[in-house]
Amino acid sequence: MTERTVAVNYVARVEGEGALRVRIEQQAVKEVELRIFEPPRFFEAFLRGRSYLEAPDITSRICGICPVAYQMSASHALESIAGIEVRGPLRSLRRLLYAGEWIESHALHIFLLHLPDFLGFPDAVHMAEKHPEVVKQGLELKRVGNQVMEVLGGRAIHPINPRIGGFYRCPNREEVQGLEAPLEGALGQAEATARFVATLPFPNVEEDYDFVSLRHPEEYPMNEGRIVSSSGLDVPFERFEEEFQEQQVPWSNALQSRTKEGRTYLVGPLARFALNRDRLTPKAATLARELQVPAPVRNPFQAILVRSLEMVVAIEEALRIVRSYHEPPEPFLSPPTPFRGGIGRWATEAPRGLLYHRYEVGADGIIREAKIVPPTAQNQARIEQDVRHLVERSIGLGDAELQDACERAIRNHDPCISCATHFLQLDLQRD
Amino acid sequence: MSPPRAPPRLAVFKLASCDGCQLTLLDCENELLEVTRHLEIADFREASSAVIEGPYDVALVEGSVTTEEDRRRIQEIRASSSTLVTIGACATAGGIQALRNFADVEEFRRNVYPSPEYIRALATSTPVRDHVPVDVELRGCPISKHQLLELISALLTHRAPDLPHDSVCIECKRRGNVCVLVARGTPCLGPVTQAGCGAVCPAYDRGCYGCFGPQGTPNAPSMIHRLHELGMSRAEVSRVFRTFNAASPEFRRASEGEAREGESS
Ligand code: SF4
Ligand code: SF4
Repeated sequence: MTERTVAVNYVARVEGEGALRVRIEQQAVKEVELRIFEPPRFFEAFLRGRSYLEAPDITSRICGICPVAYQMSASHALESIAGIEVRGPLRSLRRLLYAGEWIESHALHIFLLHLPDFLGFPDAVHMAEKHPEVVKQGLELKRVGNQVMEVLGGRAIHPINPRIGGFYRCPNREEVQGLEAPLEGALGQAEATARFVATLPFPNVEEDYDFVSLRHPEEYPMNEGRIVSSSGLDVPFERFEEEFQEQQVPWSNALQSRTKEGRTYLVGPLARFALNRDRLTPKAATLARELQVPAPVRNPFQAILVRSLEMVVAIEEALRIVRSYHEPPEPFLSPPTPFRGGIGRWATEAPRGLLYHRYEVGADGIIREAKIVPPTAQNQARIEQDVRHLVERSIGLGDAELQDACERAIRNHDPCISCATHFLQLDLQRD
Repeated sequence: MSPPRAPPRLAVFKLASCDGCQLTLLDCENELLEVTRHLEIADFREASSAVIEGPYDVALVEGSVTTEEDRRRIQEIRASSSTLVTIGACATAGGIQALRNFADVEEFRRNVYPSPEYIRALATSTPVRDHVPVDVELRGCPISKHQLLELISALLTHRAPDLPHDSVCIECKRRGNVCVLVARGTPCLGPVTQAGCGAVCPAYDRGCYGCFGPQGTPNAPSMIHRLHELGMSRAEVSRVFRTFNAASPEFRRASEGEAREGESS
């Protein structure tokens, strides 16, 4: 046998639709193609002609798993055009909402999508037969994240309350204080989760990632910061498009990003953690020391551990905000008149990594052009490399085991394929 | 519905969508494990790598038809499912991606992709109902968790699900919301939008933007008249009907009428 193809026609336990094709010739990996066959939905095209006020609602529909991320990047980018700067308690409320999404999204991936790989089950439901307490804990953490989003956003998926300038209505003190007890409970469970996942058997793998994330002067990054990388980049987020370029590949409905030098890079929890370890919240920092989490974590399988630590960060941040909450005088800031239009750019940290938006808006408030670069599109080329290395290491495996291993390598990065704004099937060909 | 057989097999399928509606099933945190005791989840790629071949008792279909491939797939799904339930605005009305139906998809392709020839997409985004018979529809962008659980328990007990067909206004009254339209003059599509969400937006001092789609017999002309009285231009009113249910016949007529009038005036 000289040529061999290994195909995963549908990568399960990822959000959206994707496939992988690997071609092996003479025991060497020739091609790895991560295909995103999620049908294109053309968000950037139909945003043209819409009012800038509509963008947070419309872009949230790019992804049902991280709608708040889209709402946040869109709102900030457009507010920069409108001359609005959201500060003080409104800013804290946004961070609280975003923290809710991080908790929900990380709990979903850790317990329902990723953990079954380590414990050897096809899904959380089967896993629950042997490990009911673990699954219940995961669902409870997820529920608390959703509860935060429901109070702040009106509902957990596609929250209706955020808007340009802030919120339609700020929750009152009682509503917010109602979150304190569930969050306190969640904090203990998230710490227990980190201690538990630290004991999982991790394959001994190290990847040489170029990590890219936001970095904020005081906080673990969510809504703002400079773009930094492990290879020394440190620029304002407005420079995103000069530093990173998107290219289209024939096999995928998602554009792939690379650095301007043409290198792949990684965004998401591993990157944020590598570049912001000194910004961890107190309990997360203590836990990282206690569990001797390496700095940085270069083993993609340990992303589950980093996600657990980030869940602790998000819960501590949420608690801090909840405990000091006073209802802001106004639920939102209106743009100063007249509205002049212009170009606005912003990046925030979605649960899966840096999410960049750019808009050009006319003086009439109508969007002329929109560009959205989701985290998974940025990671796509780097995930292909992970898979290539895995196949090189495991070339002796039979097709079924190899397929399985490839799927795991992909799930490490929690790709969210629905964001094929402009984005997987495994097909392994061996000679 | 198929004759009782224990446990019924449920499959979840996805066409063009954001995954939000199927996530609603995983968001039933308190009920999820209970539900799975009564149902066999036979195919749910987002949540499980175990796949059991059809036929299925119930298929939940998320998303709209936007590719040749999905046009074929929905026929296969229908053929292998006793009860087919469409979940969400994408599946029931074409979703936000149906905005292409009002534009030139070629131009969209060129706008978004440097090499548009790699991208295969149909010129329209269409609801599942346009392709195959549908047994039950759950509205919303996203669907409501309560309606999903009601649907599942109805299916398990072999009764018809209780899904209200009145307008959001009725839910506002039930929730005790102050009417944002009357009290604040906030434009609100509640009067013409189907109930189901629990009147979330008005409870947050916001007008309804119609994410559950048109209510049975919406009085669109008087709604439009009211929106004009509140100072909205024809272009604005047209946009208001052109969101997540833009391609539903009622909202489509409303937006096209306004767009036409807007151009001729
Ligand atoms: S109806 Fe809305 S929430 Fe449901 S899949 Fe479509 S875009 Fe997502
Ligand atoms: S009030 Fe209207 S827009 Fe808001 S969630 Fe309900 S149906 Fe959707």
